[in-house]
Amino acid sequence: MNVIDMRDLVVEYHADGVIRAVDGVSLAVPCGKTVAVVGESGSGKSTVSQAVMGLLPSAARIASGSIIFTDPATGESVDLATLPRDGKAMRAIRGNRIAMIFQEPMTSLSPLHTIGDQIGEAGRLHQGMDAAQAREATRDMLRLVQFPDPDRALGNYPFELSGGLRQRAMIAMAMMCRPALLIADEPTTALDVTIQAEILKLLRDVQAELGMSILLITHDFGVVANMADEVVVVYQGRVMERGPSREIFSAPEHPYLKALLNAVPTFDMPERLEPIRPITPKLDAFGEPCAVPRGTPLLQVDRLEKVFHLKQGGFFSAAKTLKAVDQVSFDVNAGECLGIVGESGSGKTTVAMMVLRAFPPSSGAVRIREGDAWRDISTLEGDDLLAYRRRVQLVFQDPFSSLNPRMSINEIIREPLVIHDVGTAESRDRHVRDLMELVGLDPKMLRRYPHSLSGGQRQRVGIARALALKPDILVCDEPVSALDVSVQAQVLNLLSDLQRDLNLTYIFVSHNLAVVDYLATRIAVMCKGRLVELGETRAIIDNAQHPYTKALLAAVPDANLDRPLDFSLLTAGRASIPELWPAPYTLKPGEAPVMVERYPGHFVCAPGEASGFEEAA
Amino acid sequence: MLAYILRRIAGMIPTLFVISLLIFLIIELPPGDYLSNQISQLQAQGEAASVAKLEFLRREFALDRPFMERYGVWVGLWPGPNGFDGLLQGNWGWSFEYSKPVGEVVSGTLLLTVILNLATILFVYIVSFPIGIYSATRQYSWGDYGFTLLGYFGLAVPNFLLGLILLFLMNQWFGVSVGGLMAPRFIDEPMSFGKFLSIVSHLVVPTVVIGTAGTAAMIRRLRANLLDELHRQYVTTARAKGLSERRVVLKYPLRMALNPFIADIGNLIPSLVSGSVIVSVVLNLPTVGPILLSALQSQDQYLAGFILLFVAMLTLIGMLVSDLLLALLDPRIRLGKGAAA
Repeated sequence: MNVIDMRDLVVEYHADGVIRAVDGVSLAVPCGKTVAVVGESGSGKSTVSQAVMGLLPSAARIASGSIIFTDPATGESVDLATLPRDGKAMRAIRGNRIAMIFQEPMTSLSPLHTIGDQIGEAGRLHQGMDAAQAREATRDMLRLVQFPDPDRALGNYPFELSGGLRQRAMIAMAMMCRPALLIADEPTTALDVTIQAEILKLLRDVQAELGMSILLITHDFGVVANMADEVVVVYQGRVMERGPSREIFSAPEHPYLKALLNAVPTFDMPERLEPIRPITPKLDAFGEPCAVPRGTPLLQVDRLEKVFHLKQGGFFSAAKTLKAVDQVSFDVNAGECLGIVGESGSGKTTVAMMVLRAFPPSSGAVRIREGDAWRDISTLEGDDLLAYRRRVQLVFQDPFSSLNPRMSINEIIREPLVIHDVGTAESRDRHVRDLMELVGLDPKMLRRYPHSLSGGQRQRVGIARALALKPDILVCDEPVSALDVSVQAQVLNLLSDLQRDLNLTYIFVSHNLAVVDYLATRIAVMCKGRLVELGETRAIIDNAQHPYTKALLAAVPDANLDRPLDFSLLTAGRASIPELWPAPYTLKPGEAPVMVERYPGHFVCAPGEASGFEEAA
Repeated sequence: MLAYILRRIAGMIPTLFVISLLIFLIIELPPGDYLSNQISQLQAQGEAASVAKLEFLRREFALDRPFMERYGVWVGLWPGPNGFDGLLQGNWGWSFEYSKPVGEVVSGTLLLTVILNLATILFVYIVSFPIGIYSATRQYSWGDYGFTLLGYFGLAVPNFLLGLILLFLMNQWFGVSVGGLMAPRFIDEPMSFGKFLSIVSHLVVPTVVIGTAGTAAMIRRLRANLLDELHRQYVTTARAKGLSERRVVLKYPLRMALNPFIADIGNLIPSLVSGSVIVSVVLNLPTVGPILLSALQSQDQYLAGFILLFVAMLTLIGMLVSDLLLALLDPRIRLGKGAAA
């Protein structure tokens, strides 16, 4: 029996003409199974879920087609497409028989109401519970989603909880009335990989216990491979291919699906990613590459520390501080790509910002090679500092907010040249055009403004701007995490081409191990401000030593049905608490993180092994 | 929480001192004072006898002393001719113009001013909230446009004109006497039910007139705030739970949109007092507004200083109230400090 039977659904948006966001989609969600709807942003996959929930924006309407919902508890069927969106019948189903969880756990809960109030509300509304019953049911639900302390959580406000716990609360809210169908719209996209694995496991456990169906909306094939029984691939509002997930992964037929699968970076793939819309950069437009020969150290990070003051001390309270970076040391060699990996709060971005001298370190130093000598960048002043800024440039994470919407592309790429007073007006014009071709963009776009560019195009403009001053080192702070898979492959390939041909050096900060694996020559793994493992990419991926690195690797969902996530390896967040690491890795608060060279060039943070030969490390 | 309230009240004391110093400084900025102006006027007319009396008064009120001493005597920090006898000791000063203690001049009007202000604030909030919510939830509907138009009228029509029209209409239709805050026969009468009714019926016009502009502005702001909040993710979450539209709006986005208005209570008071002067003059309302105006014109400095200080005090109390209400309504403010990590 199918819980949802969608036939030829057409959803139109009426704003400046008619746009068909969903164009004849048919799909079925069998009872107790998980169906994944996969597609890029703008493919209409979220509109499908909104149509089922009756949550379409007011500009959208269902033009034709039907969504038959059959409640397995009663066997009654109803066509959701014909129900008035805010009518009583729809509201009785919504949140009761069909529930939904959203992408952003940070903004999906009201900040002004307690978790208990928000979760219990559904029970009071649909099942006529009184306040005490709702409280009791909420406590059961919080226990079901494995809240560490359900009694206390009832009175917590969302801002007191981490992202993972908030998403658990969202799931508890959706489960409150034991729905027949759960719609999960990108439920783990905003979470760290280890948390993502836990939430996926939780969804499967809850599904097994309550016997509901899941309609999973996602763009991540790794998540699909681990969750879905059936897959529906949508592109521009149409279904490209659908079938059981084994068929989809082993024998994809539609060229779009094949291309999409090829664009996903995974471990053990030496070959090049194949973007769906390849670009051809003109690599000879850059000019002289970096003078420092490949493989020799270019930048030295020496026992870097950063302490943030969260709250000023008063008469009665000590100042609250947070050690964001704790004694981090590594070298960056010319022409290599050093990947810095870690979850949110690991201090990876803080290290990158100190390399850029965006703010000064609390102690320790960053040194840059000048000829044969080393120079501490904190001693740079005036012209020397300006020269350093020319050598080190940054590519930002968010291509939408990192470009000034009031500047044309021409002005954006030209600005570094103006600030550093490079060349004449004509030579700047020429250089800007060269840069556009370098990143594979048409120079005709120079007159346009950022809002008329796609995410991938904007990120390439950001790269062109960073390359305008011919830097030696490019610091990339999560450059592809805001992009679609297909575009991500395009930008990653561009970065890899640029590095190969221009002898660029990258410091590549990312939370996605698969992406870092694709690009990096060496990987540095960070956790809670400490460097825990450093070594060649293959050594880290294939022979991880540190328990945190292992946990991180185990949590990455692979787009391969034969390598599912091993949920038994999950450690409920314990892997990221340094005090709980097993010996010799245990780090007590305040203890110095000592690196030990286990294999040549492969360092791991193991203070327990280091006693006696600290000097050697 | 109690410690926080005590700390805030303790913080108000130095603030009040700074404000009093500023008020005194600004009032004394024009050359001369009330008495020296009188003296020169009398001298011009050749009345020497009165001049001697005024000179005595000048010494009596320490007007012949240097600035800081004058200020100290007024506040009660410096021994005047009669020892420590200033605001701190409960002596609110002497009004030269009325030849009465300041307390007697303002006692009746202060209460009425506070009542009128409270009524106006209530009016502003009671009228603007339903309209703001209606406009935001039915954006670009006929009702929304209609209220927007009405709001612009409220902002654009001069207060005193609106006041005169309303007074005329009230008199025509309900027989309410023109001007004042009560029918003439109740003035100087002890409080009675009849007097209370008369005050209420006379409060209607000034409240509406003084409140219209504020109401119009608040409708616009509430509509904008609420429109921002209505598109937030947590509103969709609430809808996905199956709540009816009315409960969704009232429980979630409205609570979020409320903060700026609670934060505004403190700011509303001074603007209402100073903004209502013209209206009070036109409608002949016995509020402190017109008294303040004439006191400033004639350099009746202790009267003006006291009224200004009183308004400042009201403002500080309003701010305290709004801060406490914010902490009460918003857990992020109440609990946020400890949970920042």
